[in-house]
Amino acid sequence: MYSEKVMDHFNNPRNTGDMENPDGIGHVGNPVCGDIMELYIKVKDDIITDAKFKTFGCGAAIATSSMVTEMVKGKSLADALKISNKAVAEALGGLPAIKMHCSVLAEEALSSAIDDYLKKNPTRNTDALRKLHKTPHHEETE
Amino acid sequence: MQRIYLDYAATTPTDPNVVQAMLPYFHDAFGNPSAIYSYGQEAKNALEEARGKVARLIGARDEEIIFTSGGTEADNFALKGAAYANQKKGNHIITSAIEHHAVLESCKFLGKMGYKITYLPVDKYGLVDPDSVKKAITDKTILISVMHANNEIGTIQPISEIGKIAKEAGILFHSDAVQTAGHIPVNVNELGVDLLSMSGHKLYGPKGVGVLYTRKGSKLTPFMHGGGQERGRRASTENVPGIVGLGQAAELAGQDLEGETQRLIGLRDKLISGIVQKVDRTHLNGHPVKRLPNNVNISVEFVEGESMCLNMDIVGICASTGSACSSGSLEASHVLLAIGLEHVQAHGSLRFTLGKWTTEEEVEKVLEILPRIIGKLRAMSPLTKNLSPG
Repeated sequence: MYSEKVMDHFNNPRNTGDMENPDGIGHVGNPVCGDIMELYIKVKDDIITDAKFKTFGCGAAIATSSMVTEMVKGKSLADALKISNKAVAEALGGLPAIKMHCSVLAEEALSSAIDDYLKKNPTRNTDALRKLHKTPHHEETE
Repeated sequence: MQRIYLDYAATTPTDPNVVQAMLPYFHDAFGNPSAIYSYGQEAKNALEEARGKVARLIGARDEEIIFTSGGTEADNFALKGAAYANQKKGNHIITSAIEHHAVLESCKFLGKMGYKITYLPVDKYGLVDPDSVKKAITDKTILISVMHANNEIGTIQPISEIGKIAKEAGILFHSDAVQTAGHIPVNVNELGVDLLSMSGHKLYGPKGVGVLYTRKGSKLTPFMHGGGQERGRRASTENVPGIVGLGQAAELAGQDLEGETQRLIGLRDKLISGIVQKVDRTHLNGHPVKRLPNNVNISVEFVEGESMCLNMDIVGICASTGSACSSGSLEASHVLLAIGLEHVQAHGSLRFTLGKWTTEEEVEKVLEILPRIIGKLRAMSPLTKNLSPG
């Protein structure tokens, strides 16, 4: 059902756990659908220097959370906002069609964490970044 | 890696004795039971012998056994067959909210065809109240369908009480006994059922074969049209090897029902109390006593079921969950929601179903490994911050 990469990130998830004094927190999902993700970021000079997550969810939800935290580290906020759910799924060697919504959740957790950071730290880039954030670029199907 | 299979409610391995009994009917005694020459008659004899074995397991007469392609067909046949045959009499069907999808989806279909369906609620243990059945009956009621035991939480329903109510009201009574036949005593007369579904692969028989018991005199419109097999009630050349296997499985199941039941109850209760004692914030789903001897269903707070199952699979333990994520439908188990669980608890459910080859060592292994898996997942769960210390 899952690719080797998904199983690797599920079995040995990267960057799990709490973060002390995160600069941004993203909280997405709901108990009805069975996936809840929290993503924490540290930001310095518009660069994401660290990312961690906590996830209640299935194998795909944990693997996409793990992968997205790996992908954002070292990226500028602008580049991080360009990470689409499809890119997360592809980096994991693909996801079953029914699990693509987990990658959407991972993308949303990331943009919600960045949004939280921007709210707390208005910079001159805020408006442009906010615009990027509002651009929907996820796809539900493969 | 030594694998530990604990999903017997999903399917059982076919007993090697059953496989042996089936083998001659593929190549040697391969005839069509409808043919008059010897090959055909050999197959016909085997078919009738198997019919007798199944009938004896459930206290039925031979001619009341109709072989089908499985439990799902038996349920569909019972529901639709009874609905069509009795449409002049009425259009109302009573069932429960926690039936197997084979019954629920058949009801939904009949609902679209104009039938009125009452879905009875269940209590927190998953029990149907016989009084609620009585109250739901109208002069248009033509069928009552309540499962003998639930496949997810193992709760055993008061079928004989409901049977009495149905009989008094002169209404056909169907019970899905896919999880009970061959596992706990099933006697169609004691239960008071007119129709009863069984499946081969849930009692160490092969897949692709099942039974609809049909009490003599029950009106049922055939579901499969074609040849005159099964006394004109179910067309299609009989699955002779499968039926022989089911007959053999029924005979074996009847031989040591009581001993095996006691053994499984011991293992089941060891697993339940072990998990609940070792891991805080875990709860048993279903009835503590009125429960299948092999069923363990536990809700684990703060973690999701599929992730627990996947982690167990990595170390060779096969179990299932009522979480949406594993169902393909993205909806949590209708059974767990019907007994009043919150979505998040339903998503965190685990089902272990034990069987003939389950050993005490296997149960102990699960009790050793599962708490570690739960600990690992809870450590990365955003919900554990609600966990009060201690």
